[in-house]
Amino acid sequence: MSAERRVETRQYLLGFGVALLLTGAAFAAVYWQKFAALPTLGIVFALGLTQVIVHIRFFLHVGFKKSAREDLQLILFSALIIALMVSGTLVLLLNLRGRML
Amino acid sequence: MSTGEVRHVGLNLGATDAIAHRKAERAVFGFWVFLMSDAVLFALLFATYGSMLGATAGGPTAAAEFKLGSALFETLILLASSFTFGMASIAMKYRKAGESLAPLLVWLGVTLALGMTFLGMELHDFVGMFQAGAYPSRSGFLSAFFALVPLHGLHVFGGSLWVLVMMVQLASLGADAQVKINILKLGLFWHFLDIVWIAIFSVVYLQGLIR
Repeated sequence: MSAERRVETRQYLLGFGVALLLTGAAFAAVYWQKFAALPTLGIVFALGLTQVIVHIRFFLHVGFKKSAREDLQLILFSALIIALMVSGTLVLLLNLRGRML
Repeated sequence: MSTGEVRHVGLNLGATDAIAHRKAERAVFGFWVFLMSDAVLFALLFATYGSMLGATAGGPTAAAEFKLGSALFETLILLASSFTFGMASIAMKYRKAGESLAPLLVWLGVTLALGMTFLGMELHDFVGMFQAGAYPSRSGFLSAFFALVPLHGLHVFGGSLWVLVMMVQLASLGADAQVKINILKLGLFWHFLDIVWIAIFSVVYLQGLIR
């Protein structure tokens, strides 16, 4: 087995292990709920966001290498668009809901 | 080619000629653009779901309909399938010309089986929900739920069909440059679906089950 292959296999294993831990932590936080609803939700979302980044890094192999930067920029730009549209939708619709009830 | 010089993100093709590498670079970038447009679509369905959370119209609520155990099991199955697809990508990259295709086909087969298991479990969940009176037209909340989660399931179904097609192509055409580029794209798609699922289990299932 070549050194490069070993490194890449280890990356998948590492990503898989970390993802398992994060998933387990998120489900445990809800199953054995210790905190109030809002802090628990914050924990779950923070763990989920971390896991998304772990997947992008270790499964999709997006990094900071020069040749991969175009793709990284595409992802970051899409993330910006998504953040704008999702937060805009939520603010507008929840505000509207509040006014109508 | 060493790890230092990659033409695009992700695992690159193994030993191959420069033309195939250039083709792969363009194909992979183009596929990333598609994936991101798909991500926008999912994101807006998430936003719709978020704004519909309270709109249960006196019908079944999230806490009553979602089951933590089956959500966890589905999550683990999809995560495992993402890992086995990674192993398939590695088997493809380091297969030398003339070597057996068996490891690649086996890993793809395992991925396909896990994908189908996931779909079976999800379908079982939906049938249970329908029997409990939680169908899409019952409330705004359920409409949003059934627009979002089954769309992901549909993607997994499409991905599973694609895995099957690639296995047939590998068996009939062999691992030529075009087939390998398509498997590269399928890999991105499969890992992307797992990322969407992270958002689903966090935003839909876990949020719904917090007391």
